[in-house]
Amino acid sequence: MLQQVSALITRDIALARRQGGGLGAAFGFILSVMVLIPLAIGPDQILLSKLAPGMMWLALLLSVLLTADRMFQQDFEDGSLDILAMGKLPFEVVTLAKALAHWITVSLPLAIITPPLGLLMSIDVSQLPILFVSMICGSLALSLLAAIGGAITAGLRRGGLLVSLLVLPLYVPVLIFGVAACTANLGASSSTPALIVLCSITLMSLVISPWACAAALKAYLR
Amino acid sequence: MLSGLPAPLRLKAENLSCERGGRLVFKNLSFELGAGELAELRGPNGAGKSSLLRLLAGLNTTLSGSLSLENGATDTTLGEQSHYIGHIEANKPALTVRENLIFWQKFLGGAENTKIFSAFNLETLGDDQVLLLSAGQKRRLALTRLFVAHRPLWLLDEPTVGLDAASLLILQNHIHDHLNNGGMVIAATHTELGVKSARNIQLGKTA
Repeated sequence: MLQQVSALITRDIALARRQGGGLGAAFGFILSVMVLIPLAIGPDQILLSKLAPGMMWLALLLSVLLTADRMFQQDFEDGSLDILAMGKLPFEVVTLAKALAHWITVSLPLAIITPPLGLLMSIDVSQLPILFVSMICGSLALSLLAAIGGAITAGLRRGGLLVSLLVLPLYVPVLIFGVAACTANLGASSSTPALIVLCSITLMSLVISPWACAAALKAYLR
Repeated sequence: MLSGLPAPLRLKAENLSCERGGRLVFKNLSFELGAGELAELRGPNGAGKSSLLRLLAGLNTTLSGSLSLENGATDTTLGEQSHYIGHIEANKPALTVRENLIFWQKFLGGAENTKIFSAFNLETLGDDQVLLLSAGQKRRLALTRLFVAHRPLWLLDEPTVGLDAASLLILQNHIHDHLNNGGMVIAATHTELGVKSARNIQLGKTA
């Protein structure tokens, strides 16, 4: 079973590397948001650094969403999904492996690149470590939840808008607790509780997402 | 079974009906297929040949009827004991021929075996990206998937499309060998496969 999972993840990473994946576009999106916000808001450094964690989480969230509609589309269109559904690997595990590959190729790199960009919004340097930790914890949830939207719209040519509508509500808790972990650090309170809730959201997505993806994709395989 | 030889497989389909997009494609279809037998699915376009193959592969859920493989592996579904080569060939254009085959070999649980490349003469194309291949070569790559892991039942959807005369001959030989080894083949086709056909499954009205 592990062999099949690693084969699938390796293949998806190779595909993402050769086709560019969605990482480039997603990174470009985050970068332009980070560059434009200071221009839009003005040179008030205190205001900017206060807004920074929220804006960065928002940019990360939306950029991952940009890549969601392609997650299962190619496999569906070229017939691979049929064969993936016929193997000995449970279909839920297939979708989980694909979500993990998405995390490795898109969400995790973005979660690592985004915090340093906060310097463009004159973020307090002492906030960077907690931003790193919270974004890495949350990024797995972002991929897993995006997979649900990707699975539901796998057979639609222009599924982008629908994916956003479907997945954004699921992203709300990740956003709230991700930002809470970062801003708690500023006041007297500890950021640990928010971080724990964020991790529990990730674990919950780990349970729900494969099941939901498999059910959605099965409906297309007819 | 006390004897050393496993009992021969037998595929039984009873009163199958299939619906696609709210339209009844066929109904009350029954057939049996024994080990070493080939069934050719015949019928006009839209008669439900592909739908039947997908039904057998477990990709489409039966509307009604029963489907069973006697003496097959008990803990696996029919789809897990089948190879399905459909119209869309499940090749990744961005990967090379070798990467495609090795992926399916690992995923479908076959033993590592470099001989598979010679099954349809793909040895020299191993390092070429699939997007550079011709339609016939892509077809041969898809058909090579039959050899990445052993499956007793082969479900082929118009396997001859795009093949040249030499490849067609190779395919016939492979089907022949598979049948001689106790396998089963169900092929949807409009042309003669050129293998002595044990059974003809007619779908839809005869033209």
